[in-house]
Amino acid sequence: MTQQTDPTPDHLAQRGLRPSATFDAATIHDIQRAAATGVYDIRGGGAKRPVPHFDDLLFLGASMSRYPLEGYRERCDTDVTLGGRNATYPLRLAIPVTIAGMSFGALSGRAKEALGRGASEAGTSTTTGDGGMTPEERGESKHLVYQYLPSRYGMNPDDLRKADAIEIVLGQGAKPGGGGMLLGQKINERVARMRTLPQGIDQRSACRHPDWTGPDDLTIKIAELREITDGEKPIYVKVGASRPYYDVKLAVHAGADVVVVDGMQGGTAATQDVFIENVGIPTLAAIPQAVRALQELGVHRSGADAVQLVVSGGIRTGADVAKALALGADAVAIGTAALIALGDNDPRWQADYEAIGSSAGYYDDYQDGRDPAGISTQDPELQLRFDPVEGGRRLANYLRVLTMEAQTIARACGKSHVTHLEPEDLVALTIEAAAMAGVPLAGTSWIPGQGF
Amino acid sequence: MDALSTETIDSETVGTETVGTARELDLATTPLRSLNGLLHGREVEGHAPLADEPVVIRNPRGAHSVAAGLDRPLQVTIDGHVGYYAAGMNQRADVVIEGNAGVGVAENMMSGSVVVKGNASQSAGATAHGGLLVVEGDAAARCGISMKGVDIVVGGSIGHMSAFMAQAGRLVVRGDAGEALGDSIYEARLYVRGTVASLGADCVSKEMRAEHLEELATLLKAAGFEDDDPASYTRYGSARSLYHFHVDNASAY
Repeated sequence: MTQQTDPTPDHLAQRGLRPSATFDAATIHDIQRAAATGVYDIRGGGAKRPVPHFDDLLFLGASMSRYPLEGYRERCDTDVTLGGRNATYPLRLAIPVTIAGMSFGALSGRAKEALGRGASEAGTSTTTGDGGMTPEERGESKHLVYQYLPSRYGMNPDDLRKADAIEIVLGQGAKPGGGGMLLGQKINERVARMRTLPQGIDQRSACRHPDWTGPDDLTIKIAELREITDGEKPIYVKVGASRPYYDVKLAVHAGADVVVVDGMQGGTAATQDVFIENVGIPTLAAIPQAVRALQELGVHRSGADAVQLVVSGGIRTGADVAKALALGADAVAIGTAALIALGDNDPRWQADYEAIGSSAGYYDDYQDGRDPAGISTQDPELQLRFDPVEGGRRLANYLRVLTMEAQTIARACGKSHVTHLEPEDLVALTIEAAAMAGVPLAGTSWIPGQGF
Repeated sequence: MDALSTETIDSETVGTETVGTARELDLATTPLRSLNGLLHGREVEGHAPLADEPVVIRNPRGAHSVAAGLDRPLQVTIDGHVGYYAAGMNQRADVVIEGNAGVGVAENMMSGSVVVKGNASQSAGATAHGGLLVVEGDAAARCGISMKGVDIVVGGSIGHMSAFMAQAGRLVVRGDAGEALGDSIYEARLYVRGTVASLGADCVSKEMRAEHLEELATLLKAAGFEDDDPASYTRYGSARSLYHFHVDNASAY
C-alpha cells in the first residue's frame, strides 16, 4: 500500500460498512481517550450538540395588518438602561448587546483590554471574570461590570467601588452547579498573584459562595454590597439556565436589579465536556420561563421598578439578538462570539492549530494556554500575536453589525425600538421550538402545551 | 479626608452626640445606610460629617452589614450583637464588636482589625486578604473559608469545614477544631492547640519549627493571648498532593 486516503461515507457504505448512530466516530474516540488517560475530557466553549435555538424561529414582517418602518430613515432606537430599580447610577447603554464575563487568567490581559475597547466604542458594557479586575480592562472600559464569584479571586473593595455594576455569579450556562478550573500552565506570576495562589498549580474555583447559602442569605449579601457601595451601583444576579422560572423569582425577591440567564450554549474557559453537554437547558427554553417569572412579579418592562433580563448563550447574529429581545430579554450578552470577533479560531493560524491537534473553527482547548490566536493564553510570546487595538476595532464592528441587523428586523416588524419586539412577532419552525419559546408553529395557531 | 473637619455637633438636631472624644451613632434612630455612609466619610443629610474621632455604635440589635466597607483608619466600637457581614471588606479600620457576630464577620477584610468579644457564626473571615480577625469566643463552621492572607485568632473552638480551600494567611485556634479542617488547603498555615475532629483532604499536621513558634507567638500576642505557650500548638498545612490533578487521586476529590 503506497497511499491511503480517507474513505468517504459512500465508499464505506458500498462495502457494506454502516456506522452506528449510537457509537459514532466521535463517541468511539472519546471512549478510547478515556481508556487511555483515565481522566475526563476538559475543554472550553459551549455545548456542541444541536439543541432547539433561535434558528428555529422566524419573524413575521409587517405587510397589510402592520406597518413597517422605513429602513435607514425612520428611527429605531437601541438604547437600554440596566439596573434603575435601586441604584443611584444605572447603566445606560447605547446598544442591547453586552460583553459577558470572561476572566483575566482565562484570557490574556491584552484580550481583556480589547474587549473593553470594543465595547466602549460601541457604547456597551464589558464584564470582568473569575480573577479580578485588571487596570487595562478598567482603563479601556466605559461601562465595566464587576463579577462577584464564589472563589473571590482578586476580590477587592477598591475594585468593587471602581465598577459600574456588580454581578453576583451563581453559575453559568456551560456548567450550572459547577465551579471553575484554571490549569497550572495558565497560572503565570501575574495570574497567581491576583488570585493569591502558588504559580503553576491547577486552580479550582469553588461552586458555592463561601459566606452565603440560598436565597435568604443572598438577600442579605445584596444588601451588604449596597451598603459597601453606598447604593450607587446596580446589582446583577447571574444564573446558569436550569430552573430559570424559580431562580429568577428568587433572584428578584433577593433584591437583584438585573437578572442574567445564561443558556447551555454559553461558553466556558474550561470544564468537563460531560458537564458542558449534559447539564442545563437551551437558551431558547430559558427565556420564556425567566420572562414569566418577571411578569408574575410585575417587574417585566414595568418602568422605574423594572428588573431587566439579560440573556446569553449562543448569540451570534442580529437576528439572535432580535429574537431574544422579542421573547422578552432587555439585552443580551456575548462571549464566544466576541472572542471570534477578536480573532479566535482565525484560519490565518491554521498551521498552528494543526500543530496542536486542532483546526481553525474547532479550537476549544482554552484551558491549556497554547491558543495560536494569542487570546486565551498567558504565554508571553503568543499574547503578542494579538493586537488589542485592532481586536477592539473588530469587536466594535461586529457589535455594530449585530445592532444594525436587529434594527433591520425591528423596523420590518414596525418597531421604533428594538425592545418593542414581542413574541407575537415570532413563529417557530419546529414543534420543539414552538413549545419552548411559546410561539405558534409557523402557519398554524398551535403552541404546544398551551391547549387549543 | 481633607474635606472632613471636626465640628461642634448639635445632638438635639442631628441625632448624634459625642461622648468624650468619641462620636456616638445610634442605629435605633439612624438608618443603616446613613450610618455606613458616615463611616465611609460621606456627607449624610442631618448629620455632621465624621472626622477621624473614635465611633461608638449603639443599638446594633443584630443588624446586618454594620460598619461594612470601611476604607480609612477609624476606631469603631459596636455596642452589642451584630448580624451578617459586620465589618465586611474592612480596610484599615479597627472595629470591636462587644457581642456576638453573625455569618461572615469581616468577610473579605483587606487590612485593619476586627475583634469579636463574643462568639462568631459561620464563615468568619471568609476570603479575607489581610488584617487581623480575633474571635474571643468560639467560631462556627467554615471559619477562614477561602482565606487569602488574613490572620485569624479564635479564643475558643471552631466548627467543621474551617479553612476550606484556605489560600494564604494564618488561622490560630486556642480550642478544638471540627471535622474536615483545612480541606483542599493551599498555602495557609493553621495552628490548633486542642483536638482536631478530622483533617480534610490534603491537610496534614506539620512540624513546628522555630519560625513557626515565633510567628505563632506574634499572632497570640497581637490577639491578647500572649500567655499561651506556642509549643502547645500543632501546625497544619497542605500536603500539596492535589496541586495538580492526577487520576490516582480521584478518590480524594
